[in-house]
Amino acid sequence: MKAPPPPSDLPVLLPFRVSRTRARVTLRPAQAWLLGAWLAGLVLVVPAFAQGAEAVLSPLQVILRWAPLLLTGFAFNVAISLVAMLLGTVAGLGLGLGLVSEGPILRRVAWGVTQVFRNVPWLVLLFFVMFLVPFQVTVFGLRVPLPDWVKATVGFALPVMANVAEIVRGAVRSVPATQWEAAESLAFTRRQTLFRIILPQCLKRMLPPWMNVYALIAMATVQASIVGVTEMLTLTAQVHAAEGGRPELFAPLYGFALLCFFLYCYPIDRLTARLERRFETA
Amino acid sequence: MDAVPNWFRALYESTGFNVTIFYDAYDWARYVNGLKTTLLLAVTTILASLVIGAVGALLQSGPSRLLRGLVNGFVVVFRNTPPLVQIFFFYFGLGTLLPAAQTADGLRVPILDNVQWAIVSLSLFAGAFNVEIFRSGIEAVPRTTIEAAESLGYTRIKAYLYVVLPLALRVCLPALNNNLINLLKTTTLAYAIAVPETLYAVKQIWSESQNVLEMMIVLLATYAVLVGVLVWIMHRWERALRIPGYSR
Repeated sequence: MKAPPPPSDLPVLLPFRVSRTRARVTLRPAQAWLLGAWLAGLVLVVPAFAQGAEAVLSPLQVILRWAPLLLTGFAFNVAISLVAMLLGTVAGLGLGLGLVSEGPILRRVAWGVTQVFRNVPWLVLLFFVMFLVPFQVTVFGLRVPLPDWVKATVGFALPVMANVAEIVRGAVRSVPATQWEAAESLAFTRRQTLFRIILPQCLKRMLPPWMNVYALIAMATVQASIVGVTEMLTLTAQVHAAEGGRPELFAPLYGFALLCFFLYCYPIDRLTARLERRFETA
Repeated sequence: MDAVPNWFRALYESTGFNVTIFYDAYDWARYVNGLKTTLLLAVTTILASLVIGAVGALLQSGPSRLLRGLVNGFVVVFRNTPPLVQIFFFYFGLGTLLPAAQTADGLRVPILDNVQWAIVSLSLFAGAFNVEIFRSGIEAVPRTTIEAAESLGYTRIKAYLYVVLPLALRVCLPALNNNLINLLKTTTLAYAIAVPETLYAVKQIWSESQNVLEMMIVLLATYAVLVGVLVWIMHRWERALRIPGYSR
């Protein structure tokens, strides 16, 4: 934030920065043993109990049985998020440069586009792309089919684009004006200044918020199941139906999906927090 | 009185641009009901998430190790998992495990219906972010201020309510703004468990009237206005709460 350093020994408020929560789990050896024994019991003993009734599997057995399929779905989610991030970052860099350009018309247009795509719910954008982009396009007489997951990826790339553009603008604005003046006095053109002096300094600042956007888009990919793309959540519902639609299976199956995303996103969150702290002090 | 419906009907007949909600009373009622549900979701979840945030931040900076660990775990889990899966987990997973009443015909009547489950899970999702924001705000309140309050005889809870929280709220408002706007956008996810909010209503209208493009524009405009109104309210609030002489 822009809070100035406290002017006195008794400031009204200290500088504000959102610091991320960290779940630190410290176990004493005895507790660790108990936890290990409990987990082992869950894996080994529960299936043994369930052996008698052949038809009805325990929730854990159901998850173990379908884990390969569900994890394939999860890998598909990750793939969608990576491609959407790539597309969105490239487009967002262009849009962000438009936001800091000298031309007033270009700047206004870029600002409008950024605001629209940032302020509309992601699910609405997804519907927008799914329903209004045709299922195939004809380029020079060549028919290119657009499967639904490609359209979903584009739908996720749009909000990424707007958010990355905002990040680029913020980072360029955060470079001290003296850098621009120094470059100007060394007879760099505006373009040279931007690409060889300003942007290289920005990259470091842009990294933590950019990773934040990635974590958000990775979690948003499950929304593709609403518009009919077969990804992890769709598969979870199908697995539930395949196991006879027992209501007590819902919680473990969706819990498994939660666990997968948590194990993927929490390390990213920790890494982002570490980078934020390091760049703060640097 | 009939000018608007007539104009839109004429627009449809001359150009084929079919915005049914402006001349079809049935579609209009559906759209308005959707808007009302979205507003209901937004207002209740914003208020509930603020309470969760304030209470969670109090516990997170409190003396009890167990409570601190629980709140930390809650924040970390809800921040790092998709809100849509959270909604499914609550509605399908926990909703079916809870006991339910039965009607005279033997139909199952759950304790919480889909709208209530959406409110619960969205509040918890946004509340986890609010805990973090409030806690950071509390950390920005100087230790000396709290000591001053204690020396005046405030108990821990009273000092929190009357001294720490008002100061913390002011310093964390910009971050809170972002999160609440995000929450308003996240209410669209309630669509997935058939809560009849704006997106759901509009989808029904375009499925029946075959006017996807027109309703899509209405939908984008609706959310632009809703977000704009929330931003305006929050900025008014921010200005009303400004600490005189504390430049930011």
